[in-house]
Amino acid sequence: MQALLHAIVEPGFFADGAVQTAAALGGVVAVVAGLIGVFTVIRSQAFAGHALSDIGSAGGSSAYLIGLAPLWGFVGISVLAAAAMERIGVQRARGRDVATGVVLGVGFALASLFLYLGMTYHNASGEIPTILFGSVFTLSASDLPLVMGLGAVALLVVLTLYRPLLLASVSPELAAARGVRVRLVGGAYLLALAITVALCDLTIGAILSTALLVGPAAAALRLTGRPHRAALLAAGISLACTWLGLLLAWDSFYWPPLRHGWPVSFFIVTLVLIAYLAAGALARGQTKRG
Amino acid sequence: MSDEPQSTLTHAVPERAEPQVAGETVLELAGVTVELGARRILDDVGFRLKAGELTGLIGSNGAGKTTLLRVILGLLEPTRGTVTVNGADVGRSVGYVPQKFMLDPDLPVRARDLVALGIDGQRLGVARPSRERRERVARMLGAVGAADFADARVGRLSGGEQQRVLIAHALISHPSLLLLDEPLANLDLHSARAVVELLARIAREQRIAVMISAHEMNALLPVMDRVVYLADGRAACGRAEDVVRADVLSRLYGHRVEVIRAAGRVLVVAGEGDDAEPTHPHHLDAEEH
Repeated sequence: MQALLHAIVEPGFFADGAVQTAAALGGVVAVVAGLIGVFTVIRSQAFAGHALSDIGSAGGSSAYLIGLAPLWGFVGISVLAAAAMERIGVQRARGRDVATGVVLGVGFALASLFLYLGMTYHNASGEIPTILFGSVFTLSASDLPLVMGLGAVALLVVLTLYRPLLLASVSPELAAARGVRVRLVGGAYLLALAITVALCDLTIGAILSTALLVGPAAAALRLTGRPHRAALLAAGISLACTWLGLLLAWDSFYWPPLRHGWPVSFFIVTLVLIAYLAAGALARGQTKRG
Repeated sequence: MSDEPQSTLTHAVPERAEPQVAGETVLELAGVTVELGARRILDDVGFRLKAGELTGLIGSNGAGKTTLLRVILGLLEPTRGTVTVNGADVGRSVGYVPQKFMLDPDLPVRARDLVALGIDGQRLGVARPSRERRERVARMLGAVGAADFADARVGRLSGGEQQRVLIAHALISHPSLLLLDEPLANLDLHSARAVVELLARIAREQRIAVMISAHEMNALLPVMDRVVYLADGRAACGRAEDVVRADVLSRLYGHRVEVIRAAGRVLVVAGEGDDAEPTHPHHLDAEEH
């Protein structure tokens, strides 16, 4: 609370261009991640989501090598990896972990290669933490249209498939008996997931992006038993954690030990964890009263 | 087994007059055979289900019950034979309750939401909320005795409560045929009896053909109008008292079995020795034609 008041008093936070860009980009990504993440949790695909984001580090580093914006690398490699998982059998309950694990291994191998090449030939040691841990303050306002466009694609896929996706997530058999093409719906969702993960890679980094995808959704699922409420609540929690994280990161510029600011991704992920624990405590309180 | 020639139909049971209450034929299977590789899962299965009747699909694990249900649902194309629902090829007027599955207790889907997905869960987009829709769901929940836990998450309900919700989900789209895969497995006796009575009432009152698969027929005996008894992919069909007999089942199994009746219950056990019937009939059918 004090931090909030402090920042409001200090006009710098809201006036700074980098902050505005970060708030807009981070906000869009947070909302998309919350909405899409609810289905990731319902479908028990958190591991797949995590693998897609880790693999994103290979995309980010390879994009840097060939002089492309990291976002293209994140999206490209995520979608490719999602397609590979689908081929190997990520939608079968028994093959899921194997498919994810295999693709994850290949992704890390590529990431280590590209990061090594980047360090050796391009002196990219400064870029590596950005790819791995993100830095929403370094993003440029020119990224906004692409981020919004990709976010809209992911949301459109999930909104279009909302009912069959929900039914197939509850029970593939029930959905199939109603004529839903379960595998097609699951594959389309995987595409939306890959895009969302790529957006999270951009804002909070390839290593941390699962936290933003899964954390707010898991917190929301503890608080409400209705599907669309859970999705909206997850988006709200995700947005609050992102914006509050920006605020704290801005404030931390004056914090010890370096007085050079703490990484913003650290704050966002920590706030997500706090929200998850608080939601658990709230849910337990509700059951006791009920 | 598959190298045997196709034999002609064997009437194992004398024909009997059809009860007058039986309605029109809702489902007709003729010569349905399913082969997966060299294995024959279903072997020339044929029977009819009529509106208002409750049929038990009885057989041990691996007898082909789930395969048969998948064929009726149109999820599996039979190698040979035809499936006709309501006079047309497999359409969407089949309600289905799958075998007991574990639902995540944190799944954000209330009993009410799952029943609503029974109306139009296959359609694209988000459902437009309306009072009519809400009332239709509430009526359905009431009809299966699920009104008390309509707002609970489905994954947190007991087995018997989940069955009621799934039945409501299957019934709300007004199917003419309701298929249930082992709905009584994992239910205690009291819940099993309540579910069976509910299904019998639904069949009678809503004039739906209800088919319940079970590996154990005793819970169904009091309400079952008809039985389809599966063994090794072959079927014997007819009224329970005509099919569940030592001679019929021995021919179906291809070896001697005994049917023991005691205290209103039926027990099918392997008979003495291995003196299998020499004829080893290929097909058995107690269905009236």
